[in-house]
Amino acid sequence: MFENDTIIETRHLNIYYGDFKAVTDVELKIPAKRITAIIGPSGCGKSTLLRAFNRMNELIPGSHIDGEIIFEGKNLYDRDVDPVEVRYRIGMVFQRPNPFPKSIYENVAWAARIHGYKGSLDELVESTLKKAALWDEVKDILKQSALSLSGGQQQRLCVARALAIQPEVILMDEPASALDPIATLKIEELMQSLKENYTIVIVTHNMQQAARASDYTAMMMLTDGTRSGTVIEFDETNKIFTRPRDKRTEDYVTGRFG
Amino acid sequence: MFEQTVSTENNNGFPKKIDGLKKKRRWSEFIIQMSLFLAGFFSIFTTLGIVYTLGKEALLFFKRPEVDLIEFLTGTQWQPHIAEFGILPLASATLLTTAIAMLIAIPLGLTVAIFLSEYATLKMRNTLKPILELLAGIPTIVYGYFALTFVTPILRDIFGKDVVNIYNTSSAGLVMGILILPLIASVSEDALTAVPRSLREAAYGLGATKNEVVFKVVLPAALSGISAAVILGISRAIGETMIVAVAAGAGPNLTLNPFKGAETMTGHIVRISSGDLSYDSIDYDSIFAIGLVLFLSTLILNIISQWIVRRFREVYE
Repeated sequence: MFENDTIIETRHLNIYYGDFKAVTDVELKIPAKRITAIIGPSGCGKSTLLRAFNRMNELIPGSHIDGEIIFEGKNLYDRDVDPVEVRYRIGMVFQRPNPFPKSIYENVAWAARIHGYKGSLDELVESTLKKAALWDEVKDILKQSALSLSGGQQQRLCVARALAIQPEVILMDEPASALDPIATLKIEELMQSLKENYTIVIVTHNMQQAARASDYTAMMMLTDGTRSGTVIEFDETNKIFTRPRDKRTEDYVTGRFG
Repeated sequence: MFEQTVSTENNNGFPKKIDGLKKKRRWSEFIIQMSLFLAGFFSIFTTLGIVYTLGKEALLFFKRPEVDLIEFLTGTQWQPHIAEFGILPLASATLLTTAIAMLIAIPLGLTVAIFLSEYATLKMRNTLKPILELLAGIPTIVYGYFALTFVTPILRDIFGKDVVNIYNTSSAGLVMGILILPLIASVSEDALTAVPRSLREAAYGLGATKNEVVFKVVLPAALSGISAAVILGISRAIGETMIVAVAAGAGPNLTLNPFKGAETMTGHIVRISSGDLSYDSIDYDSIFAIGLVLFLSTLILNIISQWIVRRFREVYE
């Protein structure tokens, strides 16, 4: 269906919290170096699915999956896979900006330090902040606390923090939901500039955002009669928004439901 | 017509609304606010009363011809019967027992706090916490005799009977450390658990290991709360009375040897005031002077801890 290489592929993926099955039978091929949006009504398992991609769900006791998530030919849930390594390669930006209560510089340098980066930290911080389109705003205040920044700047700093260790994939869990429209726009511009080198998967509530910013869209919905979500349609974004194949997708993207 | 009358008088089931939006007395609000105010007022008033009594009696002591403030602060002898009032022997004993106590309580308390908040499973936590709190609930007199009859003999067996006196500051200090451990552990644990999940997730999301998350994100973020816990522990150690009165020794002794007996400020007050003490004697006045020193040292520590909390607080959001 897609001409691009697939970087993450899920096969018969089910995700559970204890006995509760939150996500059912997801089959998805995330194309590399593209922006893929996951949309759908609240509580349909979008974030759960996203957090399965870097094994963040495991931090919640009782959560587990069956099926496979293949990343570059390897099942992320194989026994010999180290979740720490997974998260080193697949970074994450969260719903609310959550910079460390440290300086701007330390926020960007932090992960590089723990992974034993040998090069010049100063250079890394500068080039990363430039990639995150934040350098001009913060270059004179690098030693200040990250919490002195505005919400939008904090969120771009969180993107920079994730970029610093050069992941291949960046997962974004509603990264703009706590931001104003201008800050939101900046995050979207940033995503566009990043997709040359990174694969981005973004969960969003905002359908305009998905339509504007993504190349591919996965539509999730609760399966009939259950509290468990699944992907009902996955296609190029413009097809999802103009010629959806599934009636439920059409109802959702035209605002008639959900 | 009947229905219309009902609806205007009862205002659709609500009481009649007051004309002109006038202010209304709400007694229940007033009573609750007043009692809250009174409760606050009494606690402040009591504190002020204590400070006043301490100050007044201590002033009587310093006004006496045989007492000199400089000598009080720098003198190395505390022997009321020959009119030597130097607080150093008492203060050094307090310092020594406190230092020994903190040597036990800080590392152990912190370890326990980190374990409980970050590593223990919910089940372990729910079992261990009540046990820890039980430790804090044991009367200090019990700790005192535990020091004297259990810890001291062990110390004497290890280091030799000619080295370790029966009354010594180390056994009192060690046991005091056990007493204070739960305090430090519990306050530090609160500080650690208060670090938001979003910060931990941010670190995990960057490929940090559990230890890196705990020691490089959670611990620094909780540092101000932990410092406050430590200072709270020190204040507690300085003020602790029963353990040192029982186990540390009677009789002022200027020494930094933890195996010798020495009397702390609190221990001295207990011993002097438990005997026959007439109101206008110099001994009576002197205990208020010591009390004032104790009060001032804990006050200063509390001020420092408040300053630390404000100054070094890593605001999370």
